[in-house]
Amino acid sequence: MAAPRIVIRGLRKSFGRKKVLDGIDVEVGVGQSLVVIGGSGSGKSVLLKCILGLIEPDSGSIRIDGEETVGLSRADRARVMRKFGMLFQGGALFDSLKVWENVAFGPIQSDHIPEAEAKEIALAKLGAVGLTPDVGELRPAELSGGMQKRVALARAIAREPEIIFFDEPTTGLDPIMSDVINELIVQCVKQLGASTISITHDMASARKIGDRIAMLYEGRLIWQGPVADIDHSGDAHVDQFIHGRAEGPIRMQVTKG
Amino acid sequence: MNVPLVTVLGRMTLSFLALTGAVTAFATRGILHCFEPPIYRRQILRQMLEIGYYSLPVVGLTAIFTGMVLALQSYTGFARFSAESAIPNVVVVSLTRELGPVLAGLMVAGRVGAAIAAELGTMRVTEQIDALTTLSTEPFKYLVAPRIIAAVVTLPLLVLVADAIGILGGYLVGVYKLDFNEQSYLRNTTDFLQVMDVVSGLVKAAVFGFLIALMGCYHGYNSRGGAQGVGTATTNAVVSASILILTANYLITELFFAR
Ligand SMILES: Nc1ncnc2c1ncn2[C@@H]1O[C@H](COP(=O)(O)OP(=O)(O)O)[C@@H](O)[C@H]1O
Ligand SMILES: [Mg+2]
Repeated sequence: MAAPRIVIRGLRKSFGRKKVLDGIDVEVGVGQSLVVIGGSGSGKSVLLKCILGLIEPDSGSIRIDGEETVGLSRADRARVMRKFGMLFQGGALFDSLKVWENVAFGPIQSDHIPEAEAKEIALAKLGAVGLTPDVGELRPAELSGGMQKRVALARAIAREPEIIFFDEPTTGLDPIMSDVINELIVQCVKQLGASTISITHDMASARKIGDRIAMLYEGRLIWQGPVADIDHSGDAHVDQFIHGRAEGPIRMQVTKG
Repeated sequence: MNVPLVTVLGRMTLSFLALTGAVTAFATRGILHCFEPPIYRRQILRQMLEIGYYSLPVVGLTAIFTGMVLALQSYTGFARFSAESAIPNVVVVSLTRELGPVLAGLMVAGRVGAAIAAELGTMRVTEQIDALTTLSTEPFKYLVAPRIIAAVVTLPLLVLVADAIGILGGYLVGVYKLDFNEQSYLRNTTDFLQVMDVVSGLVKAAVFGFLIALMGCYHGYNSRGGAQGVGTATTNAVVSASILILTANYLITELFFAR
């Protein structure tokens, strides 16, 4: 087996006294899709942001293609970042730019591709997620939630990254639009041969996108395994989560912090 | 609860020092990125338009009424000593040295400082700043540096315009209301106008521009917690920029004119 793309060991992060990540160990192989499930506020987004270097972990190791990235200098970080594409939870589209400029942002600003050529790329990527070129001239605020997610997806894949993160790609969408987005993700990932980590609490989405599933609970990955095994994990927490039951070992934290 | 005063004062001092340190680090990083390529020219131009051009109406209005009221007030005062001929002098010196830069600075702090904090704050809470980083673009270079450069360059230009409009305001009141002779009012104005007065005003303007952009960016960039956090950031940006402008104004005046 080829060396894994991402190897995380003993990752810890607290905000004040609150332990959000408390010793995460996980690997993602080349071309593999890992889905992380877990309740709201369990630290799924924090995990992705630690890997991206947006949040500095307290301790632990994150290796990307064998290179340690914790404590990397800004210049090296920018180089490593070139491998990544990220679809943010809320889309995070730049609302001062047109849709095509959003998608072309990476190619123009950091790959220094000429604007006309980058626009071609952007329109092609928009096409790949099912949007017509006239949408490219609109502002993000003029789009519906589903369309914004598609644009965000197009932006995440515009630089043909080797590793893509999807943070709750279907949250807030209707079931049909969710399935459309899931299809698009599966398609794009297959085409690029990328390794991915996806976050979701939508089990339909998890089964569709993932090769492996890991469940984050109280700062640890309490279970991980192939998608097919999720239904007989033998873990009461996982069972409660995938069936969406209020009763069980997981006590929902109602207040923040 | 009964906390000794010393403890409270100590805590306040510590958090003030921490804040000063954080702002200084932020400012240093921002300034370094102003000089290190790539320079985002289009962002700088956009900010110059936003900060300079769109502030012209509010700064112009402030300036003309200030010039007018200066002439009127000094007349009512000076008439008692039959010193009315000093009015053009008072108008031109007060405007170029003090009121032009300070009032323009405060108006722009309200308009632009707030806008910068709100825009960056919204970008922070909607993860747009994180998105920049994942697209291999340094947010300080793309967001902070262009705003600092634009404000430092544009504020002196705005103040030049404010000076001119303010002097015009004084002239209008002097000639049409106080019956000055046009020629002698203008001659008095130009005779008294000293290069140092204007230069000191422009230096102030550049410093104020820096402070406005810095406070807007600092509070916006570090905002937390949704819409309310952005609101707080906006208020803090305007209040801190205004206080810093008034403080810096005194210090620069001391540097230029106190012997
Ligand atoms: N920058 C931050 N500063 C302080 N606390 C944070 C920060 N980011 C996240 N948190 C806290 O960490 C916890 C996990 O957040 P998050 O990873 O966003 O949850 P989710 O699993 O829903 O994505 C939350 O309680 C949140 O309040
Ligand atoms: Mg999240």
